[in-house]
Amino acid sequence: MRFVRRHLLSAYAVLALVYLFLPISVVVAFSFNNPKGRFNYTWQGFTFKNWTNPFGYPGLSDALKVSIEIALLSSLLATMLGTLIALALVRYRFRGSATTNLLIFIPMTTPEVVMGASLLTLFVNWRVPQGFGTILIAHILFNISYVVVTVRARLVGFDRHLEEAAMDLGANEWMTFIKVTLPLIMPGILAAGLLAFALSIDDFVITYFNAGATVTFPLFVWGAARVATPPQINVIGTAIFLIAISGMLANILFQNVRSRKGAVAA
Amino acid sequence: MLHRRKWAIPYLLLAPGMAWLVVFFVVPMWYLAKMSLSQGLFPFYGFGWAWHNFNDAVSGYQVQFIRSGEYAAVATAIALVVSYPLAYWIAFRGGRWKNLFLLLVIAPFFVTYLIRTLAWETILSDNGLVVRLLQDVGILGSNGRLLATSAAVIAGITYNFLPFMVLPLYVSLEQIDGRLIEAAEDLYASRARAFARVTLPLSLPGVFAGVLLTFIPAAGDFINAQLLGTPRQYMIGNVIQSEFLSVRDYPTAASLSFVLMAAILILVLTFARILGTDRLTVGA
Repeated sequence: MRFVRRHLLSAYAVLALVYLFLPISVVVAFSFNNPKGRFNYTWQGFTFKNWTNPFGYPGLSDALKVSIEIALLSSLLATMLGTLIALALVRYRFRGSATTNLLIFIPMTTPEVVMGASLLTLFVNWRVPQGFGTILIAHILFNISYVVVTVRARLVGFDRHLEEAAMDLGANEWMTFIKVTLPLIMPGILAAGLLAFALSIDDFVITYFNAGATVTFPLFVWGAARVATPPQINVIGTAIFLIAISGMLANILFQNVRSRKGAVAA
Repeated sequence: MLHRRKWAIPYLLLAPGMAWLVVFFVVPMWYLAKMSLSQGLFPFYGFGWAWHNFNDAVSGYQVQFIRSGEYAAVATAIALVVSYPLAYWIAFRGGRWKNLFLLLVIAPFFVTYLIRTLAWETILSDNGLVVRLLQDVGILGSNGRLLATSAAVIAGITYNFLPFMVLPLYVSLEQIDGRLIEAAEDLYASRARAFARVTLPLSLPGVFAGVLLTFIPAAGDFINAQLLGTPRQYMIGNVIQSEFLSVRDYPTAASLSFVLMAAILILVLTFARILGTDRLTVGA
């Protein structure tokens, strides 16, 4: 009976994973499709030509470039701002920490349409022309909360004695932070940065409200989906997927090596 | 200790990030609130306590509001049923491959949201495998289709927000001390009873967090209804989107946004009351 149960659960898990990967396999497969018409919905024949010519559709490379620039800038800035907030929240007791927590939490529970719409209303009121800058502002905004949550999780399990040891050995506060605290919470900061990058490059809704005439990759897909779906979209989608997976695999390996080293040192 | 001397340090650390949140989140919400009580035609709106906007919004789009709630609730329930055993399996049977399995679970979501949804359009399309299979089995009539139905939209929503359900479930299941379950079994609880009395209650914070994190984006979504449905499946997100960007009736769109926000906020606060805010925010 126990045998059946155990395998029933495993079979269920495998089925769930198949379900999760079903659309992804379609995306990858159709990146090799050779569609006759403008739409890439039915299988017509195998070809490598989409992969050898990934930007062979007007506007695609520009859109991707904008997306990558915004993802890099917004994840970098949001990671800095969010890490500082996380440090303040975990390390210090201060008046207003409950309000701060609330202000971090509420953006994550705000539907994207509402967040996008409120920013649009702001920019219209302030007569700020929409474009690259407004997209960047929006992406930093929605990323901050996720960075705070991720870094905070790392900081909570932090052994304060290590810092006290450094200070006992004559390091000042700044040296202690640079030499002890920062290296120890670095994996958390890196994870937060990766998450922010992923959220940014994938965002459609908030960007859609605040893009003006600027086109990011998801906006390009949206616009394209109405008139045509070039298989190059699948190529870029697959490429982003592969790069993200490699980054996360590297992160897992890095942490495994670290923890093994830590085990040896202990 | 760092904090003994300088009380100002936490505020200095907070200042840049919180300034960003205030200027680009709180202030926009203020403008949105003002807009929801304004009148006029694009681009000339004047503030005037126009409470009737809310009346009009709710009575005019009641159908879409209710539909959003229904779709989001069904999708969240299905996501819970799909995710719980999966998260359980990774947490208790994953062994040293836990992180790898977790990566496998979130990996699909690194394919751009819109592309994923377009892939579902391909899968559910009229001459796709799924439709033909269901027609052969007789579940769908020979002219039956999946695209442009509520089922397609709900399926898309369920899939697209699944990581928001799996991750919090996994976190809470993974934290459970296995010795507690062993203790229950030592005390002659059957496996089912041990699950019902020990594992399930201990994982409830994860269930609540997962339900919230799935339901909220699901209720505000418009992409799935747009790509997998027709105007007959449109949700409140579609209405807000088109009122803002096509019709440009900002006051109506703003009041719709606030009704949606209010509905969701009431839900969140009710949950937070039940659980205690701290656990909810830290666990999320």
